[in-house]
Amino acid sequence: MQTILGIDYPTWWFLVVGAVFTGYAILDGFDLGAGSLHLFFKKDESRRIALNAIGPVWDGNEVWLVIGGGALFAGFPEVYATIFSAFYIPFMLFLTVLILRAIAIEFRSKESMLWWRKTWDIIYSISSTLIALLLGIVLGNVMQGIPINKDFEYVGGFFNLLNPYALITGVTVVALFMMHGATYLIMKTENRLHAKLRVLAKNTSRFFVISYVALTMATLIYLPQTTEKFRTHPYLFIIPLLTILTIINTRRLLEKGVFFKAFLSSAFTSALLLITVTINLFPNIILSTINPAYNITIYNGSSSQKSLGIMLTIAAIGVPLVAAYTTFVFWTFRGKVKMDETSY
Amino acid sequence: MDIEVLSRVQFAFTASFHYIYPPLSIGLGVMLVVMEGMFLKTGNKTYEIMTRFWIKVFALIFGIGVATGIVMEFEFGTNWATYSRYVGDIFGSALAAEGIFAFALESGFLGLLLFGWNRVSPKVHFFSTVMVALGSMFSAIWIVVANSWQQTPSGFHIVGSGLKVRAEVTDFWAMVFNPSAVDRLSHVLVGAFLAGSFLVLSVHAYYLLKNRHIEISKKAFKLALLVATISGLLQLLTGHNSADGVSKNQPAKLAAFEGHYDSLKVADMYLFGYVNQEKKTVSGLKIPRGLTFLLYQNFTTPVKGLDAFPVNDRPKQINAIFQVYHLMIAIGVAIIALTLLAVFLWWRGKLFKYKWLMAIFSYSVLLPQLGNQMGWFSAEMGRQPWVVYGLLRTSNALSKAVHADQVLFSLILFTLVYTLLFALFIYLLNKKIKHGFDEHDEQPIPEFSKRNNPILN
Ligand code: HDD
Ligand code: HEM
Ligand code: HEM
Repeated sequence: MQTILGIDYPTWWFLVVGAVFTGYAILDGFDLGAGSLHLFFKKDESRRIALNAIGPVWDGNEVWLVIGGGALFAGFPEVYATIFSAFYIPFMLFLTVLILRAIAIEFRSKESMLWWRKTWDIIYSISSTLIALLLGIVLGNVMQGIPINKDFEYVGGFFNLLNPYALITGVTVVALFMMHGATYLIMKTENRLHAKLRVLAKNTSRFFVISYVALTMATLIYLPQTTEKFRTHPYLFIIPLLTILTIINTRRLLEKGVFFKAFLSSAFTSALLLITVTINLFPNIILSTINPAYNITIYNGSSSQKSLGIMLTIAAIGVPLVAAYTTFVFWTFRGKVKMDETSY
Repeated sequence: MDIEVLSRVQFAFTASFHYIYPPLSIGLGVMLVVMEGMFLKTGNKTYEIMTRFWIKVFALIFGIGVATGIVMEFEFGTNWATYSRYVGDIFGSALAAEGIFAFALESGFLGLLLFGWNRVSPKVHFFSTVMVALGSMFSAIWIVVANSWQQTPSGFHIVGSGLKVRAEVTDFWAMVFNPSAVDRLSHVLVGAFLAGSFLVLSVHAYYLLKNRHIEISKKAFKLALLVATISGLLQLLTGHNSADGVSKNQPAKLAAFEGHYDSLKVADMYLFGYVNQEKKTVSGLKIPRGLTFLLYQNFTTPVKGLDAFPVNDRPKQINAIFQVYHLMIAIGVAIIALTLLAVFLWWRGKLFKYKWLMAIFSYSVLLPQLGNQMGWFSAEMGRQPWVVYGLLRTSNALSKAVHADQVLFSLILFTLVYTLLFALFIYLLNKKIKHGFDEHDEQPIPEFSKRNNPILN
């Protein structure tokens, strides 16, 4: 098998896909979280500021999901095919709320009637929360494994997917995004709204810590096998430890008033959580609850060496470019939100 | 209902709905580059006001294009899992390239385009406009490459057997430049330029009819008329190249386009007509031996007909394919006639003299829209019963884990959401157009004109 730096192509591509979804969780994470918090802001003015804080970037953030989907399709077609057909109904709902959220952001400001704005505000906030919840439910199921047969076809029903463990994961993701969103908005706002957000940030981080603890306990109860890897590689304990440290650090930095650093710290929390999940799975991607021999791994589910080589080249050219102009866009819109005639 | 039918209906519905927006985004992107470029070059405020107005319309269209596009991206996995496993090795790299090179580019710079007026210098703003326009064209390149590969596969080999059979790429560039890719890409892009330029033509024709924004509208109308006229002629050329390619690579499709059954006969070309599928005859107005002439430049060579293919290997709805294909061509001819007439009147200095002409133009946006839709229906229905031509049948491409009632549920869901979406889109577009150019926009915007901004200046 061909390698780069001693690592084989499927592993590289697994890292790429992992990195893209982590990027997605960090970037769309804060604007979905801002959406979940939206109804806590009471005045139209505050809601507009909150919307305009994500205005120039939310669409670019969402692209990471599209790239992730493409990367999965390209590198691990078996995974792409299995996951999306298995989670048919959740994904259809996911797509629906994704559309509703996009049009809510787009259309809210187009009319000034109170009922119009209120309706879109509610749709925006609920759909942002549902997106996070559905993503979390899928993640929870991926962590537990799903019933797939030797042809990698899902044989369970819809309600298999709505189990307690997946729901706890769902809630944890909602909490994570809310905390992350609050940290982002703090950075972008001033005065009363800013003060309000600092309270919200505290409460959402409490909410997150509670659900994180619940999730960890649930993992130990429902999925004791996941601790296996930590037992054989004890140095991996550094990751959950770091996760907890970043949470504490975020709160400390918020108290100190260094908001950008707090935001970065909260981004690290998201990244570390996903890293924990991926380490647990590796080298599997989808676990079969019927028979471990049916697991989809990065080897039996991947594209050919040739194809992976091509895509690694594409990624090597493309990702630095994307990173460069994404940074440029964020830098251009740095600082507090200022309203002008182009705002939502 | 049968899951194959439901999945096809859902794909056709969501793809067609999506495809209302991309051609407008791509075409309007080009118009924006022209307008803003004129502004930078001449410094004429009129062009700035024009650009600002059209950027707002662009944002509305683009937003819905993105929202409906994401559905398409995941639909391969949800509804066509077997297909996804089969083509992932090949199709996936095109989709991944599209995400990284195209979508990230357009969405990244879109923020600057919409909200960056007071934050970046005019040059950087113009650069963003160019990047967004390029990004949307790149996305057309990759998606059309992928689609063309499934029409005319090349650069691959088949591995595995039974349920694990799939295509693997052997030559990336042969895959990208598959036999139909260049023809179809040029045809799709020009179709998009038509969609964008006709939108501009329609809206400004409407203003001229209503006696509003006269000066701006005359300028914009002329710019768009230039783009539309050139594109209209190019569309005939690129369409002809496609037809030529289809005759070589997918002869059963071409035979379906013209309702041509008998392989021993020379082929006619119909302007319009009706295919009797039982009797295997076409009645209508035709150019005798026209198709033979277009393909072989003589009047005697027979053209391969539908009878040369087993019934299971050729499309079933011949009459429907014939109709959508001929409607597209009729629209192409109408577009050329209309734009040439307008250019002629412009040359005689009478372009804005006739109310009827502006009245026609104010509805003309529907022509390329319909043309683009009918074009995809010809290409995709003519490809049946194959999803990957000659290799994988549509009926074998479905998801095994999904049941008909689930697809019915999602189809109903999409119908509801898209109806709402479309109603809102029309309502807001109409409102934007009725509203016209802001008083506010008519005044110079100090920050922008004085160029006293913090970045890159
Ligand atoms: C000729 C061009 C063309 C064609 C045939 C298609 N699209 Fe499209 N698509 C675009 C041209 C485009 C675009 C111009 O790039 C869009 C539309 C408007 C927009 O905002 O971006 C877009 C948006 C768009 C998005 C959202 C991108 C983002 O987040 O920025 C996705 C995921 C797709 N498309 C996927 C698809 C798939 C899977 C298709 C196949 C069925 C498809 N598109 C057909
Ligand atoms: C926006 C551009 C596209 C449009 C407007 C379009 C249009 C259509 C239409 C009308 C159908 C239904 C045909 C029928 O039921 O007879 C269809 C089916 C289909 N198309 Fe396309 N198509 C587009 C792009 C693509 C691309 C890029 C792909 C994949 C690479 C693709 C793959 C399919 C598949 C898998 C089906 C379902 C199976 C079938 O009925 O053939 N399409 N499309
Ligand atoms: C003027 C005469 C025209 C001719 C001779 C022509 C010819 C063709 C042919 C042969 C195809 C099928 C290609 C294939 O299946 O591989 C096609 C597809 C298509 N046409 Fe046209 N066309 C014309 C005008 C137009 C116009 C005016 C539009 C829209 C503005 C349009 C939009 C499309 C689209 C979107 C497709 C599907 C994509 C593709 O397969 O290339 N066409 N056309």
